[in-house]
Amino acid sequence: MNEMSSEEGYFTADGRKIGGVLMEMKNITLRFGGVKAITDISFDIREGEIRAIIGPNGAGKSSMLNVISGFYIPQEGEVWYKGAPRPQMKPYEVAQQGIARTFQNIALFEGMTVLDNVMTGRLNHMKTGLFAQALWKGKAEAEEVANREVAEKVIDFLEIQHIRKTPVARLPYGLKKRVELARALAVQPSLLLLDEPMAGMNVEEKEDMSRFILDVNDEFGTTIALIEHDMGVVMDLSDRVVVMDYGKKIGDGTPDEVRNNQDVIDAYLGVAHD
Amino acid sequence: MVEPSATAGGLESIPALLQRNAREFGNKAAYREKEFGIWQSWTWAEAEKEIEALALGLINLGVNEGDYIAVIGRNRPHFYWSMVAAQSVGAIPVPLYNDSAAEEMAYVLEHCGARFTIVEDQEQVDKVIEIQDRLHQFEHMIYIDQRGLRKYDHHQLHRFVDIQEQGRAAYYEWIEDLKARREKLNYDSQCVMLYTSGTTGKPKGVVLSNRNIIVSAKNSSEFDHLGPGDEVLAYLPMAWVGDFIFSIGQAYWTGFCVNCPESADTMMTDLREIGPTYYFAPPRVFETQLTNVMIRMEDAGKFKKRMFDRAMAHAKKVGPNILDGKPVSFMDRLKYKFYDLMIYGPLKNTLGLSRVRVGYTAGEAIGPEIFDFYRSLGINLKQLYGQTEASVFITVQPDGEVRADTVGVPAPDVEIRINDEGRIYYRSPGTFVEYYKNPESTADTKDAEGWVDTGDAGFFEEGSGHLRIIDRAKDVGKMADGSMFAPKYVENKLKFYPDILEAVLFGADKDHCVAFINIDLTAVGNWAERNNIGYASYQELAGHPRVLDTIQEHVETVNKSVAEDPMLSGCQIHRFVILHKELDADDGEMTRTRKVRRAFVAEKFNDIVEALYDGSEKVSTETEVTYEDGRKGSIKATLEIRDAKVVPVTPHKVAAE
Repeated sequence: MNEMSSEEGYFTADGRKIGGVLMEMKNITLRFGGVKAITDISFDIREGEIRAIIGPNGAGKSSMLNVISGFYIPQEGEVWYKGAPRPQMKPYEVAQQGIARTFQNIALFEGMTVLDNVMTGRLNHMKTGLFAQALWKGKAEAEEVANREVAEKVIDFLEIQHIRKTPVARLPYGLKKRVELARALAVQPSLLLLDEPMAGMNVEEKEDMSRFILDVNDEFGTTIALIEHDMGVVMDLSDRVVVMDYGKKIGDGTPDEVRNNQDVIDAYLGVAHD
Repeated sequence: MVEPSATAGGLESIPALLQRNAREFGNKAAYREKEFGIWQSWTWAEAEKEIEALALGLINLGVNEGDYIAVIGRNRPHFYWSMVAAQSVGAIPVPLYNDSAAEEMAYVLEHCGARFTIVEDQEQVDKVIEIQDRLHQFEHMIYIDQRGLRKYDHHQLHRFVDIQEQGRAAYYEWIEDLKARREKLNYDSQCVMLYTSGTTGKPKGVVLSNRNIIVSAKNSSEFDHLGPGDEVLAYLPMAWVGDFIFSIGQAYWTGFCVNCPESADTMMTDLREIGPTYYFAPPRVFETQLTNVMIRMEDAGKFKKRMFDRAMAHAKKVGPNILDGKPVSFMDRLKYKFYDLMIYGPLKNTLGLSRVRVGYTAGEAIGPEIFDFYRSLGINLKQLYGQTEASVFITVQPDGEVRADTVGVPAPDVEIRINDEGRIYYRSPGTFVEYYKNPESTADTKDAEGWVDTGDAGFFEEGSGHLRIIDRAKDVGKMADGSMFAPKYVENKLKFYPDILEAVLFGADKDHCVAFINIDLTAVGNWAERNNIGYASYQELAGHPRVLDTIQEHVETVNKSVAEDPMLSGCQIHRFVILHKELDADDGEMTRTRKVRRAFVAEKFNDIVEALYDGSEKVSTETEVTYEDGRKGSIKATLEIRDAKVVPVTPHKVAAE
């Protein structure tokens, strides 16, 4: 653990270089009325790593992700992003900062085609006004062509060319998940948040999704923070894991360290009360 | 339209043809590929530069003349360039089926002793790495798609673009060598080695010379008047001889453009966008397209459905005659024109076949109804008969003499002989050189005078002079009572039903015939949906009693039609079973070109065959299956066996024989 907290980062088992701290949670506490969803949690996310947050049901994982994405404002503690404390922000400002996410229960525009959905991920990169875009001349045209190119690269990367023009509502669940990932990637984020990317998938779809997550990290060097139920998947994918239980952090480290942590084993398997 | 200079002088190799095309059609599109949603294109001049850079890079990497270079990937310009670049440096390209499991690749790579492979992506790289310890000659691998490969050890692994870059950098070092190697190529040098799919035993490497490919390409291009303005869609496996002849042989001879789809899944969309003028597809593709049209028409509104049915009825009546230029009444022509505007035209457009001038189907028999459907729309679909050893062409159907039940007349320069047993032999400029490292098989197949045994049985039809194929000669057998057993004949009749994907008939040396049947999941699945039948898996649907009822009807109809042929009436199906799994190349039950390996299937499902013959009503079985990544699993099932009505054969007919 010690060499990890050094500023220079560390090397993973497969030889990838992980950089300095990208985001840091400092003593976060989040309350909803009288309910404490998160109690005094601190951890960091480093550049280029795949960081997982796991825990049993109701552990506060999704709340944590919402804090990271800036949707919830913690009552206590600070979120540091790229070396500075982050102020309260609107969702579009979060996106402008280079944070993109997917949702546990898919939030796509069902009536729009896959391509249009992916293009919405590029909205922040479009500068021309409504009128100019409607006329589609000159600058607006060039801008859309450039952005379409990025969207097409993502479509190619995630192998969804065959459904490019298909309305999202007609797609099966596994593909919708992939389209959502595509939209998040189109933002070209520096931090990608995935909320249960494998939920409700069969083994084959899970394998595909794992492959894509690894490839995204490998190809674009995107930092990824993910929440996941499936322990097998998490342990295979992530570089470091935070374990939560009842809103508290009970473990933090490499998958191996976490796997052998007694608190974690107790939280997942239960403890005998005598 | 510019005609290519027809003299073969100096044009004795594919690289020589490339030079000519770069000179004569420099600015004309040679390759297109859809990538990132846009059709990217390369002119002949650009393609020549790409190929030259790669060829220089290959010399730089240490490729010697006579080396074998394996090419593994789906149809992309890069792989066509790879094959021609290999030829340019005096090496021999060996395209492999990209969906082969690692084990199958190991055999071919070992057998040809490839020192180099050019592959598509991580999937293929992983497969070759898995087996490379067993390949003593293997040295370098070049890949195109970098995704997921960043962390691999790159001592023997190279990016395609890097090899080209190195080639460009080493231009002055190697260009003279490249020219010298290119000029050494002539009609007798090896053009390509293609492995046969192997319905029996191990695949054999068929060596084809430049003469084989170029003369066959020239003859067939002239036969169908192909020119530089034509467009094809390259989507069939690159390891298959047909793709080599169409996308390299004919493309280089005539200078037409080869279009590559974005991915296998987008093939239909890409077909529509390109609108090829020259199109080739195995019967299965036409069948699937037709099934899709019919399924969608079932879901259409009443008005549209009625209009479609009427239009199709009219097309059936006069369409083929109009296409063949036979006399048709003025009113019928007018009506056809009207429907063409309303129905046929838009339908052809949806199918991507609006511009098709010449279309071919081969590889298997095509159902007469399917064949007539396309022809009645005004699509000039024809049949040809060929094989790898002949550089494809043995017989073809000339325009105006097209029928569903024959395969046409001998192709230009092809001689055909049929022996007393009905076995077909041919001799042509396309006849292969030899089977690589396999003189016994070569001698078995090709005699000293160059006659090649097709292994098929057939006869020339009286009057028209067209060839008709009965079956694989070795599959034609005798039943216990001495009557003829021709499984393919009956299976084809079954397969012409859209809900039957595959059928396997057994009955050699037995007193009656039994059959395995595979249902077509698309067609039957759609039917189930419309009839509110729920199912969770292929297996469940295949075992549904109502599905069994429908198939039984089909079997009984086929029995009636088989009974009409006195020679083959013994082949009626007495009992049948719907298999719980689709026959699959990954499990070795079919070849990669989707031909059933009979002996293998009979052995693998031995318990089911026995149950079919011993009269039991059910059979429980467990079958091993192989997943795409090579892992094994098994499925258990209890299958219901059905008896089918047969038409009694009058005994005097047998006695009369």
